[in-house]
Amino acid sequence: MARDDWEVIIGLEVHAQLLTDSKIFCSCSTAFGAEPNSQTCPTCLGMPGTLPSLNRKAVEYAIRAGLATGCEIRRESVFARKNYFYPDLPKGYQISQADLPICVGGKLTIGEPGAEREVGITRIHLEEDAGKNTHDPEGGPSRVDLNRAGVPLIEIVGEPDLRSSDEAVDYLKGLRDIVVYLGVNDGNLEEGSFRCDANVSVRKVGETALRNRVELKNINSFRFVKQAIEYEIGRQIEVWEGGDQVVTETRLFDPQRGVTRAMRSKEEAQDYRYFPEPDLLPLRLSEAWIEEIRGSLPELPRAKARRFCDAYALSAYDAGVLVAEKAIADWFELAVAAYGGSPKTVANWVINELLRLVKDSPEGIAATKITPAKLAALLGLLDERKINAGSAKVILEEVHGSGAEPAEVMAAKGLEQVSDTAAIEAAVDKVIGASAEQVKRYQEGKKNLMGYFVGQVMRELKGQGDPQAVTALIKAKLGE
Amino acid sequence: MDPIDLSLAELADALASKKVSAQEITEASLARIRATDSRIGAFLHVDEEGALAQAKASDERRSKGAALGRLDGVPLGLKDIFTTKGIPTTCGSRILEGFVPPFDSTNVARLKEAGAVLLGKLNMDEFAMGSSNETSAFGPVHNPWDPSRTAGGSSGGSAAAVAARLCFGSLGSDTGGSIRQPAAFSGITGLKPTYGRCSRYGMIAFSSSLDQAGPFGRTVEDCAILLEAIAGKDPLDSTTLDAEVPAWADGLKGASVAGMRLGIPKEYFVDGLDPDVEKAVRAALAELEKLGAELVPVELPHTEYGIATYYVIAPAECSSNLSRFDGVRYGMSDREAGGLRDMYFRTRADGFGPEVKRRIMIGTYALSATYYDAFFLQAQKVRTLIRRDFDQAFEKVDAIVTPTTPSAAFKLGERDKDPMQMYLADVFTLACNLAGLPGMSVPCGFTGEGLPIGLQILGRRLDEASIFRVGAAYQGVTDWHLRKPEVS
Repeated sequence: MARDDWEVIIGLEVHAQLLTDSKIFCSCSTAFGAEPNSQTCPTCLGMPGTLPSLNRKAVEYAIRAGLATGCEIRRESVFARKNYFYPDLPKGYQISQADLPICVGGKLTIGEPGAEREVGITRIHLEEDAGKNTHDPEGGPSRVDLNRAGVPLIEIVGEPDLRSSDEAVDYLKGLRDIVVYLGVNDGNLEEGSFRCDANVSVRKVGETALRNRVELKNINSFRFVKQAIEYEIGRQIEVWEGGDQVVTETRLFDPQRGVTRAMRSKEEAQDYRYFPEPDLLPLRLSEAWIEEIRGSLPELPRAKARRFCDAYALSAYDAGVLVAEKAIADWFELAVAAYGGSPKTVANWVINELLRLVKDSPEGIAATKITPAKLAALLGLLDERKINAGSAKVILEEVHGSGAEPAEVMAAKGLEQVSDTAAIEAAVDKVIGASAEQVKRYQEGKKNLMGYFVGQVMRELKGQGDPQAVTALIKAKLGE
Repeated sequence: MDPIDLSLAELADALASKKVSAQEITEASLARIRATDSRIGAFLHVDEEGALAQAKASDERRSKGAALGRLDGVPLGLKDIFTTKGIPTTCGSRILEGFVPPFDSTNVARLKEAGAVLLGKLNMDEFAMGSSNETSAFGPVHNPWDPSRTAGGSSGGSAAAVAARLCFGSLGSDTGGSIRQPAAFSGITGLKPTYGRCSRYGMIAFSSSLDQAGPFGRTVEDCAILLEAIAGKDPLDSTTLDAEVPAWADGLKGASVAGMRLGIPKEYFVDGLDPDVEKAVRAALAELEKLGAELVPVELPHTEYGIATYYVIAPAECSSNLSRFDGVRYGMSDREAGGLRDMYFRTRADGFGPEVKRRIMIGTYALSATYYDAFFLQAQKVRTLIRRDFDQAFEKVDAIVTPTTPSAAFKLGERDKDPMQMYLADVFTLACNLAGLPGMSVPCGFTGEGLPIGLQILGRRLDEASIFRVGAAYQGVTDWHLRKPEVS
């Protein structure tokens, strides 16, 4: 199989639950994990006579997502009914948007700095989520939980512009970072609040027409997105090269076996009978409101990373790590301001130490008692050479748990650096006196033994010697 | 005079002057229902206990000088399309048998706030789909003027109950004529308000873009009093209009049509119009002219496409609206054997009657990907043309006056096997729904067989006031609305 002969075409459809307090068409709570059917009312249960009333916050969040991805926000959009029967769909139709969605024609940048590329976003529309069915493996009755029914979603439909599984993952991560930054979605693939379907097809390099495509579902992690697409590319090429046709269908990814499997073909024949939702007026948006929302948009991850590189002279890698979460980026900037020294130093301490300390906490950087000011104070102690780097790490760990001032921890633990020349000299003399062999070899030219002397002296000083002072004194004693 | 024969307005005065108590009149109404309704079939559910409690509470308010308004203590009936908290609501369908809603429709809540006594739920065509009340899963309604005939539909119970003096007013719903046609057949007054004037929240949807709640009364004034109570913006229904609710009933006693221009569309006086009906309507027009109105010929050239347009849009919307009756959450559910599909198929096959199924199938077809443009989209375009006809006519006139129906009440069983014949009963009423306009039917005479005839008055959007004015002026000089059927 000659994979190089084939071009891969991928377009992603993302469903993102909006972080509103209440559902899109009623006032029920959207909180996750409640007792089944406890967050329901006549409206989201689809009782006869009930009508939808649109949640303004959901509209605002959709507009935020649209503006952040460069979409045109339609001044008038129309809700439509998508009709199908399923027990988790209480009304027998989903209120969505069809021909006239709220946002159209945006784009998302993917790729490393210097190799950036724009991927088209066809549209973003508002719709309601369905409930959840659970089936008894023993064959007992199935159950329906409608807590999720009516939770607001945006569906973000991407253009078929992606050319590899890596690009797909890159696009998906970029999109997730944006919606999380905007505060409209929690970015959780595993819990299903950020869900992705992938449309995948292949064609011979040089062909202009698209071949049959397959829609992949049930891919609920970035790793699975890559796996599912890779498997599907291989499968499709094999089918074509074997002289067969790839069937246009929906396939489910099986994460256990890493393969995709066709869903029942009956699902394909669905005619959703879309028509304008007569229970809701066309959604008309004022210019003023859209501009107000535009004004409230935060700096987005890519722009922030670029600024970090430029303003703080950070590497693209460091900037990328720092902007991955808005809270970390904000924390970093506060620490830079409080410190006043090199931003690169702050970045190193945040990336290597702080993020290590919080890496297992679900609440992330909020889990630490280290504040930007306390990190700045600690770095100040280092600069003043009151402590060395080893002690600084010990102090940081203590501050992380207790929230104490770094100077106090230093004093309490007796970690203040020894810069008293007499004490250092005594230690140096002791080490030199006990290392006749090493001294001889050093003086014969084995200069890398300096590390050995410094280590021995530091041990004498219980790790609290000023490394610069120690090195200088050893050199002097050994006659350089 | 027996208080049961009072109009709603007269009863309100009698209650205010304490000539009668809410409990007395409620007991009298309940007694009349018990005595006569087995021969009419208007009520599907009578809430004796609830009504008497409401009446008692009303009397207590009044004795403390805290009466809520003209409807306080007035016994009313509700079409069974309105959800009532704790009281069965069937919408005339087997599929909702046993369904007890946990919430009141907005119209019911507003009547309760006004202190009305709600006697119970009134019979109707299944899901309001029908013109004779014969599609009800619980039997037809018999016309109080001739029990062998229909009281009209789909709000047959609401019309017959008022005509037979079982209640002093009622609420119905009108999608293509379901208030005005039974009002005409039953010899009472019935109003379909402007689309969006009254909330649809809790009114079980048939065709969402056409449905509108409205009142039945013995007089125009009674309808105006009821409309005042239920009209107005509702945050639970996005399609309600944020328009002022005038005090329509004030000053109707001396209403005059002098100087009004009334449009007479030639398309409504055509072959097939029953001669008795035409005669009565022409006499009514002459009466209005005598009162000082100017009769102006107008054209509504797209009238002939009304039925076809209506019978695409209404079934299309209903096919979607009725999808929720799937046996999963409430109402009928056949889970005897098999899987999900079996439950769907059996529940819907047994739960819906033939007319409902027919419309679901027509509507599903009209919305299908293949036929959407040819049917649904085309119907929307024609709907726009029909609306434009009215806009143009209303540039010249203040109201339009027509017969409500081409004929008087027909015999039960006469048309129920022939849907096309049945659909013609709405030929004069459904354009008003397609255009979203208000319309009212007032009694304007009787056929040779003694059956009531209705005069339809159509108004501009949100101009119920002109309709009331014409109707009240007419009722000021005629007594058709005062005639009552012999119900024993």
